[in-house]
Amino acid sequence: MNQRIIEKLKTHFADSIISVNEFREELTIVVKKNDIVKVCQFLRDDEELKFDSLRDVCGVDHYRPEERYEVVYNLYSLKNKFRIRLKVRVEENDIHVPSVTCVWESADWAEREAYDMFGILFDNHPDLRRIYMPEGFEYHPLRKEFPLMGIPGSLPLPRKN
Amino acid sequence: MADFSDLLVFTKLDELIKFARKNSLWPMPMGISCCAIEMMAFAGPRFDVSRFGSEAFRFSPRQSDLMIVAGTVTYKMSHVVRKIYDQMPDPKWVIAMGACTSSGGMYRSYSVVQGIDQFIPVDVYVAGCPPRPDNLLKGLMEIQKKIARGEKPGQKEKIYIEETFQV
Repeated sequence: MNQRIIEKLKTHFADSIISVNEFREELTIVVKKNDIVKVCQFLRDDEELKFDSLRDVCGVDHYRPEERYEVVYNLYSLKNKFRIRLKVRVEENDIHVPSVTCVWESADWAEREAYDMFGILFDNHPDLRRIYMPEGFEYHPLRKEFPLMGIPGSLPLPRKN
Repeated sequence: MADFSDLLVFTKLDELIKFARKNSLWPMPMGISCCAIEMMAFAGPRFDVSRFGSEAFRFSPRQSDLMIVAGTVTYKMSHVVRKIYDQMPDPKWVIAMGACTSSGGMYRSYSVVQGIDQFIPVDVYVAGCPPRPDNLLKGLMEIQKKIARGEKPGQKEKIYIEETFQV
């Protein structure tokens, strides 16, 4: 299955794929940021592959000068009972990623989580709000520079009388 | 004239009120995470809190006078806990059940309040992760003792229930 996916993607999206990595039969494909929606649409609609389920969207902070952030898409094909992982690399000064909510509705909350925790902005997302932290919160807690115990005073407590 | 001496008990009104209050504490189950499972066992037939008159768990704060905060309180949740506490009629008592509620527990992180006594007065802290139901019963008994002594809620010294293990 892995070889078939690589073959198909390489014929259709030769320019969009940055790297392909196979480790213990797990396939990870790094895709160009602006082509992610196109690739996802293809993987979902292709009759043979049919990756009809988006299991999760996660953010990663590598804390390095270039390509600091990463967005990871975990896909699952119910037809083939097969999983792959797509990755997109994001620069710190251009932290926009096209949203895949137009491909899978389930990306909605997962992308909101990645926005809340890492501040990654998903373009064309229908409702990009925080999902865990309170609305007035100003930071993104899973970024490496955020202190473990938080920033004092950033989360107000009720008064104690 | 009939003789009522066998039927009448004389007491002070204060004592009578204390007796009534301490034997019918109605808990507000503030079950926010896994400690709530032990709180349910505490209410269930094996540990049977109805022996102490507290079996009537009220899901409305207006009808309860003991809040059992059972679980991890995040900063986002703290406002809800405080609001429910404010809606309870006086006199009201608070048990901080478990490590997370008392001190943040293993969640030493930005999102979890490191002890609910930062925003509501606590009367009894029950140790454990989660505490055994019998320890929570002991916490309830300590509240009853406080009422019997005539203490005001959240005022006098705090009571800490240590962890016990059943062999």
